[in-house]
Amino acid sequence: MTTLLNIPLVIHLALPLTIILVYALVAIWGERKVAGFIQDRLGPMRVGGWHGWAQSIADLLKLIQKEDIIPANSSRFLFKFAPFMMFAASYAAFAVIPFSSGYIGSNINIGVFYLLAVTSVLTLSIIMAAWASNNKWSLLGGMRSAAQMVSYEIPTIATVLTVIVVSGSLNLMTVTEMQSGNDILGFLPNWFIFQNPFLIVAFVIFFISILAESHRVPFDLPESESELVAGYQTEYSGMRWAMFMLAEYADMLLLSLLGAVLFFGGWNSPFGDFMSGPLWGFFWFMLKGLLLVFVMMWIRWTLPRYRVDQLMHICWSILIPLSFINLILVALWELIF
Amino acid sequence: MIELISDTGERREMTINMGPQHPSTHGVLRLELVLDGEIIKKVKPHIGYLHRCFEKYAEEVGDYAKVIPYTDRMDYVSAMNQEHGYVLALERMLELELPERVEHIRVIVAEMQRIASHLLGIGAFGLDLGAFSPFLYLFTEREKILDIFEKISGARLLYNYMAVGGLMRDVHPEFKTDVAEFVKTFRPKIKELDDLLSYNRIFIKRTANVGVLPVEVALNYAASGPVLRGSGMKWDLRRNDPYSIYDRFEFDIPVGEGEMGTLGDCWDRYIVRVREMEQSLRIIEQALDSMPDEGDVMQAIPKRIRMKEGEVYVRTESPRGELGYFIASNNSASPHRVKARAPSFVHLCLLPAISKGSLIADMVAIVGSIDIVLGEVDR
Repeated sequence: MTTLLNIPLVIHLALPLTIILVYALVAIWGERKVAGFIQDRLGPMRVGGWHGWAQSIADLLKLIQKEDIIPANSSRFLFKFAPFMMFAASYAAFAVIPFSSGYIGSNINIGVFYLLAVTSVLTLSIIMAAWASNNKWSLLGGMRSAAQMVSYEIPTIATVLTVIVVSGSLNLMTVTEMQSGNDILGFLPNWFIFQNPFLIVAFVIFFISILAESHRVPFDLPESESELVAGYQTEYSGMRWAMFMLAEYADMLLLSLLGAVLFFGGWNSPFGDFMSGPLWGFFWFMLKGLLLVFVMMWIRWTLPRYRVDQLMHICWSILIPLSFINLILVALWELIF
Repeated sequence: MIELISDTGERREMTINMGPQHPSTHGVLRLELVLDGEIIKKVKPHIGYLHRCFEKYAEEVGDYAKVIPYTDRMDYVSAMNQEHGYVLALERMLELELPERVEHIRVIVAEMQRIASHLLGIGAFGLDLGAFSPFLYLFTEREKILDIFEKISGARLLYNYMAVGGLMRDVHPEFKTDVAEFVKTFRPKIKELDDLLSYNRIFIKRTANVGVLPVEVALNYAASGPVLRGSGMKWDLRRNDPYSIYDRFEFDIPVGEGEMGTLGDCWDRYIVRVREMEQSLRIIEQALDSMPDEGDVMQAIPKRIRMKEGEVYVRTESPRGELGYFIASNNSASPHRVKARAPSFVHLCLLPAISKGSLIADMVAIVGSIDIVLGEVDR
């Protein structure tokens, strides 16, 4: 067990929040840049000088100043509360993410279980927002999102389970430590994705499921702008809407980081002992997470979206059976080799 | 609060307004949807948000030529084709002989406008289905056409370029090279579009077998243009009732074949537009070859339009379908009656017939695939 840095509780609370906020500002700007690059244009170029780097800060300032509009017939408390609950849910899940060998918010031994349980609250807050808005488009978006997230949690959990079967631990720190070293074929790092061919299949299923879990194209049905106006966010504006966006981006990062921990060795350096240590660990970990986030953006700006029934079909008749069969195959592989 | 379940526990239907402010109704269309869950039980289009009294204006304006800018504003994404139809009708009434150069320039700009309109139509269709990037790629190409139009007419959207018996002004000297350059660069882009959107599996899943329009229904509703051809009917006025000099050119009429699903589904209507762009390029190339380099485009323009008493109905193939102008004259300076037969209006009437029982997401696909322009629906 590596020694965790001894840091006070206040920093424990503030550190993930800082990471999320900085990440969200960079990611929103980055997404617009990625979109611009894919679409053969420049994206934001004005604010702050170099390639419009301050664009999301300017947007944030604008959103803070906006009037907080609450629809007259809405359920006021739920309407106000839902965005904060959504952000709280994704923020709370960061507690068990091992950001580096020296830092994890809470080193509990049921880490993955806690993470999956806490992120389920996201669904609840979306339904809350949708219902409280008293708007039919919001309601349709909320119902879609409930169906989608509940369904896609199953393949996500099944693929997470395959990794748990290999690692034998629910603690994400332990899972990461098990992937240290470069022994596979003499040079490949001991990441789970290289350890077992069925884990590659598991990663593909996992990635498709987290696309749906975090409402990204081609599965962005809850807020599909061309069908449901803006889905559950229709009635939201200003800071409350910004909270939804923040939670959405935080959720993207969370699930990408989970993928990095489970399949790509977390904070382990790909070059063995070279460039390792707590700070380098943080760098590698964020790099892996952000790469997955980038792939999500890439997909978003390339593909059209599925229809709601096709989405359910993919989940229930393809991903769920496949993920369970894969779970058994991984278990057999572990038993034999 | 919204109630989906009534007190007795029966399922209740929900009525919902799609539009006039909705991202994918292509303007200000209001659709009244009756839903059971997400399944559409009934659709009722409400129109009139863009009504500008075109016909009354045409009767009151006091000059036949002053109606031309107003025809631009009917279908504002294919203004050249709208003008073309109107001036053709007047020329047929006046029995004017047009210089070759005028006819050629008209055909070239009309076909370029058709491409521009289809680019917007299929781009917006992709956008409706969540594909954002193809839309911008297509707009880059449309931009090149608009640049050429800006050079010849001074405007980018509403040109007021065609005049009765000629053109408002001659094209710029590099017109031919500009157009040839566009044709050369645009052709590979159609292949790119096919890779990015047409044969994308998600796109096919969203559009195949959706909004199926059987050919009998299409004929009963008097559909025309890509909507009718998407159902497999080979009907194109440029071939079946040639106007201008279209009878001189070689081109094919692409029709839907039900390649990806049922004949007459959204994908068929979409692919007909894509293939029509290629045919338009062929027409442009041939017209460029035979276009005379010299000639006064304004020589046949009458000083004053003195119309005999009578009526005329001229139909042309606009990008959206059969655009007809009925003009009745009673010897006065302005037309006694101008009636425009707008294809978008006819196609909007089709909507309830082909969207029953589909999902909201399909509704968006169907509205996108019939490619209506609300300015033309309401006039």
